[in-house]
Amino acid sequence: MSEPLRETPLHGWHVAHGARLVPFGGWSMPVQYPGGILAEHRATRAGAGLFDISHMGRVELVGPDALALLQRTTTNDVNALAVGRAQYSVLCNEAGGTLDDLIVYRLPGRYLAVVNAGGRERDLAWWREQARGLDVDLVDRTPDVAMIALQGPAAETLLQPVCNVPLDRMRYYTATRAEVCGRAVLLARTGYTGEDGFELMPASDDVVALWEAVLALTDPVAPSPAGLGARDTLRLEAGMALYGHELTDEISPLEAGLGRVVKLDKGEFVGRKALAAQQAAGLTRQLVGFEMLDAAIPRQGYPVIAGGRTVGAVTSGSFGPSVERPIGLAYVPPQLAAVGTELTVVVRGRPAPARVCARPFWPHHTKRIRAAGD
Amino acid sequence: MTPDDRRYSTEHEWAKAEGGEVVVGITDFAQEQLGDVVYVELPSVGDQVKQGRVMGVVESVKAASDLYSPVSGEVVAVNDAAVGEPQKLNDAPYTDGWLIRVRPDNLDELNNLMTAEQYDLRVSDRGPEE
Repeated sequence: MSEPLRETPLHGWHVAHGARLVPFGGWSMPVQYPGGILAEHRATRAGAGLFDISHMGRVELVGPDALALLQRTTTNDVNALAVGRAQYSVLCNEAGGTLDDLIVYRLPGRYLAVVNAGGRERDLAWWREQARGLDVDLVDRTPDVAMIALQGPAAETLLQPVCNVPLDRMRYYTATRAEVCGRAVLLARTGYTGEDGFELMPASDDVVALWEAVLALTDPVAPSPAGLGARDTLRLEAGMALYGHELTDEISPLEAGLGRVVKLDKGEFVGRKALAAQQAAGLTRQLVGFEMLDAAIPRQGYPVIAGGRTVGAVTSGSFGPSVERPIGLAYVPPQLAAVGTELTVVVRGRPAPARVCARPFWPHHTKRIRAAGD
Repeated sequence: MTPDDRRYSTEHEWAKAEGGEVVVGITDFAQEQLGDVVYVELPSVGDQVKQGRVMGVVESVKAASDLYSPVSGEVVAVNDAAVGEPQKLNDAPYTDGWLIRVRPDNLDELNNLMTAEQYDLRVSDRGPEE
């Protein structure tokens, strides 16, 4: 992989502010700023964190058959999606494995899909293949539209004075055109931290000014810039899947515990037969959250042992800064998935005790007036 | 800024001779590169460590990294305070964040290590992490 890393429009800002940059999904992204991951994580839980997520793919589907293409290729029921609403969903292959997970926004006259950075090109190719015979245009807006996320309990109070849309009435998983700090954005009440918050999509040319204007807000607390390191610990504590970890081509959304976004009765879609068969036969593995009973930290790939044999593997693990203990996600057989089940995680060759616990590890604080979009 | 009362390894550990024993820790550069340290695993008192060999593990939020002993000998003390509060490695890598104390097999081994000046030159040559 010698292709040069892509840079977001905020790359120069990150460099100038001492960010440590790492490759992620083909992009050079800040993993942390000088304050460090723990401070960025805690700032997001206590006040607000501001994340550059412009590496995420933004693809518009426009045309009379946009709905048909999304119905054919995603597991959730796009028919049920009203204008101004968003829906978490999954792209499956024929075998029911996960090609990508995404959020589908229904906007006036078009759909917007926000996909993972590393999946964007493959998703586009997949959609183009699946769109044969359909009247739909796929437009990659990733280069000309940027994306930042303001997440945390202070997000609404921070943004309201500089936003022309009443935020107290805006629900989780909705989106609207808005002006924030004088810049036109698509404003969505979505996120990947378990906290309340917003994702803002301005023109790429506007994002540096918008970013700096949001960071300059101080009431009730100044937001902290936060990198991918904190984004990962926040989503892990929130029990959310990360593609390449909990979700892969080989793992079905049912195994990942995403049955709520798999609508087997909505009509035909890619992967439906395989998923229906899997559901009928019963799962052979399922995703669980677990906590370590000593201080050892689980990491992706560590074996999980029960009754003297390997029964699964860790998909994500870290020290959880808010829960203040090492936590992880793993696939295990369903009979070992009950909360309280004792497991052993092999940490660098050493067996360490662990226990299945409830997900999320940290309670969600999203503005979920009612289950929207899921 | 890098203390000149001790020697430094290419693996970013320091070794300081103190009354015939050697105190071992990680450098400020190492803690900076690691980021927030959240877990430390060290050998036990009585264990033998060997210069250049793995003696433990330090984990940041993101990843685990091996610790290499800069000196050979027997572990005579372990910094339990740092194990209990790994943030000490970030806050005070050259003082409170020390790791182990070793009775060295041969104090001359420290001559295999870099001086503070040599170490500073080495880490300043390194570009930003790719």
